[in-house]
Amino acid sequence: MSVRIRVIPCLDVADGRVVKGVNFVDLQDAGDPVEQARAYDAAGADELCFLDIGASHEKRDTIIDVVRRTAEVCFMPVTVGGGVRTADDARALLMAGADKVAVNSAAVTRPEVVSDIAGRFGSQCMVASIDARKVEEGRWEIFTHGGRTSTGIDALDHAVRMAELGAGELLVTSMDRDGTRDGYDLALTRAIADAVSIPVVASGGVGNLDHMVDGVIKGGANAVLAASIFHFGQHSIAEAHDALRAAGLPARHNS
Amino acid sequence: MAETIALIDYGAGNLHSVHNALIAAGASGVVVTAHPDVVAAADRIVLPGVGAFGACRDALAAIDGMIAAMEERVRQDAVPFLGICVGMQLLADKGIEFGEHKGLGWIGGTVHAIEAPSVDIKIPHMGWNDVTPTAGHDLLEAGEAYYLHGYHFDAANADDIFATTHHGMPLVSAIGRDNIVGVQFHPEKSQAYGLAFLKRFLEWKP
Repeated sequence: MSVRIRVIPCLDVADGRVVKGVNFVDLQDAGDPVEQARAYDAAGADELCFLDIGASHEKRDTIIDVVRRTAEVCFMPVTVGGGVRTADDARALLMAGADKVAVNSAAVTRPEVVSDIAGRFGSQCMVASIDARKVEEGRWEIFTHGGRTSTGIDALDHAVRMAELGAGELLVTSMDRDGTRDGYDLALTRAIADAVSIPVVASGGVGNLDHMVDGVIKGGANAVLAASIFHFGQHSIAEAHDALRAAGLPARHNS
Repeated sequence: MAETIALIDYGAGNLHSVHNALIAAGASGVVVTAHPDVVAAADRIVLPGVGAFGACRDALAAIDGMIAAMEERVRQDAVPFLGICVGMQLLADKGIEFGEHKGLGWIGGTVHAIEAPSVDIKIPHMGWNDVTPTAGHDLLEAGEAYYLHGYHFDAANADDIFATTHHGMPLVSAIGRDNIVGVQFHPEKSQAYGLAFLKRFLEWKP
């Protein structure tokens, strides 16, 4: 077989607490990101993503503590995004146990941060997070600040530039679809996946397992990220793997 | 008395994750160390590593006496040695990544960029993939493990290869000889498979 399509649950964290997370597993403290990470590790998630949506500078250490505690009990790859502005921010997360860091706004305003991080720690840990909104048919622009602020930057150009600067992976989120449960923006995912030679993670809009399959087959993604369909118990990681395999895609067997 | 397992601290990003995983796999005597004396007296040695070959090599060489201590303890005293990811790649004669860099030269071969044969093969090789043992080795069992690398170990001697995987081309998954083993995958990130592998390493009597 070939490398497996990765199924990645994403946990939104603010000031060290889960904002949107699992509400079905029997957790002692459902607001603790580490407890939720453990549940996903046990469920056979291929990777985990923490998105630090608080990421205020004074509370920066809370996510580092979350990562450190997660790495003590979870033995799966962890990506951390949100508030990573410099190579030193990345270093602190990597040394705490993160395997990859996702850089978003900073890579728009100061793209060289991508080459800084890739140069110091390797491309394999440098994820460029791309939040895009459709502006016309076949054209998307980069938006920052949770999709509210337009930058006028073409999403495809930005994606290619991120790869050239040394990003090892692109996390592509459709701000039009995020939270809608209508499925990924497949045209966006496909356009970017075809334009770069690094792996692409599809994000934003998953409402069912078919959406994940479409993200790979139609969108060309190498990994599928989702939040609510896992957190609210609609589907398990194993069911996502089964759906991918049923569609003829390589996915892990949950033992 | 418990064995001392020296986990070499030369600034590698996966140091703490490897430490945590060794403990979870049952190790009691793990010492995270940058001291050659500790390495020279250890019962087992683990070399982590992520990032670029040259940067890792330089960081290891920057610790006065470390490579000499490793040479003595691993190659003369023959204690079990495990290299992980770039820690495995450093076993090679040389690495071609941002220039040419000398490796430890314990296992013949060169570390090269993975060349994608088609556009749908994305680099880095990132994610879960097979560990397919090529010959019977006490440590390697068939399974799925997590890989994260853009460079691979091009072995000089096929006999040194313990396991392979496939990403557009066959890639070395595990390599070594006698008391030396290196794995391209990350046991510290490979959930049950990875912890079971580390447990076997801790009990390994080559």
